[in-house]
Amino acid sequence: MSEIAVGEIERVFREAYGRAVAVLVRVCGDIAAAEEAVQDAFAEAVRRWPSAGVPPSPAGWIITTARNRAIDRLRRGASREDRHVEAARLQYAPDENDAEDVVGDDRLRLIFTCCHPALAQAAQVALTLRLLGGLTTAEIARAFLVPEATMAQRLVRAKGKIRDAGIPYRIPEATDLPARLQAAMAVVYLVFNEGYAASAGDRLVRESLCAEAIRLGRLLAELMPGEPEAMGLLALMLLVQSRRASRTTAEGALVLLNDQDRSRWDRLLIAEGQAIVRQCLRRNQPGPYQIQAAIQAVHSDAPIASATDWPQILQLYDQLMSIAPSPIVALNRAVALAEVEGPAAALAIVDGLVLDRYYLFHAVRADLLRRLGRVSEATLAYDAAIARSENAVEREFLAERRVGLTKS
Amino acid sequence: MKQYLLSVYQPDGAPPRREVLEPIMRDVRALRQEMKTAGVWVFSGGLHPPSTATVLKLQDRDMLTLDGPYTEGKEHIGGFTIVRAADLDAALEWGRKLARATTLPIEVRPFHDDPEN
Repeated sequence: MSEIAVGEIERVFREAYGRAVAVLVRVCGDIAAAEEAVQDAFAEAVRRWPSAGVPPSPAGWIITTARNRAIDRLRRGASREDRHVEAARLQYAPDENDAEDVVGDDRLRLIFTCCHPALAQAAQVALTLRLLGGLTTAEIARAFLVPEATMAQRLVRAKGKIRDAGIPYRIPEATDLPARLQAAMAVVYLVFNEGYAASAGDRLVRESLCAEAIRLGRLLAELMPGEPEAMGLLALMLLVQSRRASRTTAEGALVLLNDQDRSRWDRLLIAEGQAIVRQCLRRNQPGPYQIQAAIQAVHSDAPIASATDWPQILQLYDQLMSIAPSPIVALNRAVALAEVEGPAAALAIVDGLVLDRYYLFHAVRADLLRRLGRVSEATLAYDAAIARSENAVEREFLAERRVGLTKS
Repeated sequence: MKQYLLSVYQPDGAPPRREVLEPIMRDVRALRQEMKTAGVWVFSGGLHPPSTATVLKLQDRDMLTLDGPYTEGKEHIGGFTIVRAADLDAALEWGRKLARATTLPIEVRPFHDDPEN
């Protein structure tokens, strides 16, 4: 029985982890001390909960226990004056454990600390997953295919910089907020894409990355209701996630959007994502994430691939190009253009893009050449795509398409 | 309050011509005044070129005196400012102002907290 309870405790704990660490960082003024206190609370929960049962508000219990443990620790180690002061501050801090808005603000502060531009993006991602997501260092290392020691070092270095350089724990001021929110959203989206990319890596870990990214996306959207891009990002992730089950075969091979079994799309996620897109449309403050979400929403509307409203998708890509132009967006736009005006028009655009190092550029070119019957050029383009892909599942998919050129 | 070192990274070689340098120095002086008025200025100074540097180094028991900068590079620290700031964001804001005034890259680094203060 206690074994089941420990699994349950771990689950509850992980859900409450980010919340608890966020509150404790404010209370302790230090990330390491906060993590230690929350870890103490976990040990306490493992001791108590199997016999006493899970308390009615597990997160509140963990925060209170962690806070008490932090005070104990400070008292024990209180040889220096300032430690006494610290302990006193903890002791007399008003008890705001259960005030959701306060906890919410703490989590938002922690997101902005983790995603501070003075930290490298790889460090931002690792910190966010560790402190807010409660993922272990080993899990984060597996997800990003780096040795655990490397990831541990990355986390230690980042926490050291936050402490020593004095990276503040607060919500940025209004003038900095748009740029800082961009950085936080980029981290969340990167986590999502890392989890979504088909890979030979640990499947469960990858799925938990997507779930975590969506959880963080919800947090940003809830805590920053004035920012439509945060909602756009959430909708984008929900709509992409809705196709998770159908985008690979049982053997793990990739299935293109056009070939997916749409009956396996997750209707609940689609409904939620589309509702958010409609809300964004009503607010009429478009941004890159919102437009990308709208594009996904159009795909989600089509019961079969041939019913896709490509002209509308093309129009959305035009809008995206006008506010956030990039060669990648131009490449995606060309894919839509091929559906509206045919592969020749799309190829003319694609050939003008400088994206030689990007495997999808060659994969898109290969497909357009195939549709134009230029088989030998298409073969070369597939070769180029295969040579540039870093992902075994994608390489296999491209190799199959390449073989298919001469078969049909 | 923490203290931060704002180092100015300057390319090696001759300094810019007078008509280029003069407005830059004017901006730098104005920024120093702004820092003093805001009460964040601790110290600042410009340095002679690295060719004027001397390195002292204890090797076994011998103290060596060597000509030249400790490391050769394409850039060197041309000067620095020390400011007091509440946190990194505040220090970075002064660093941005210094980068605009000097038109050069600025490295911001925290000092260890001084237990005496």
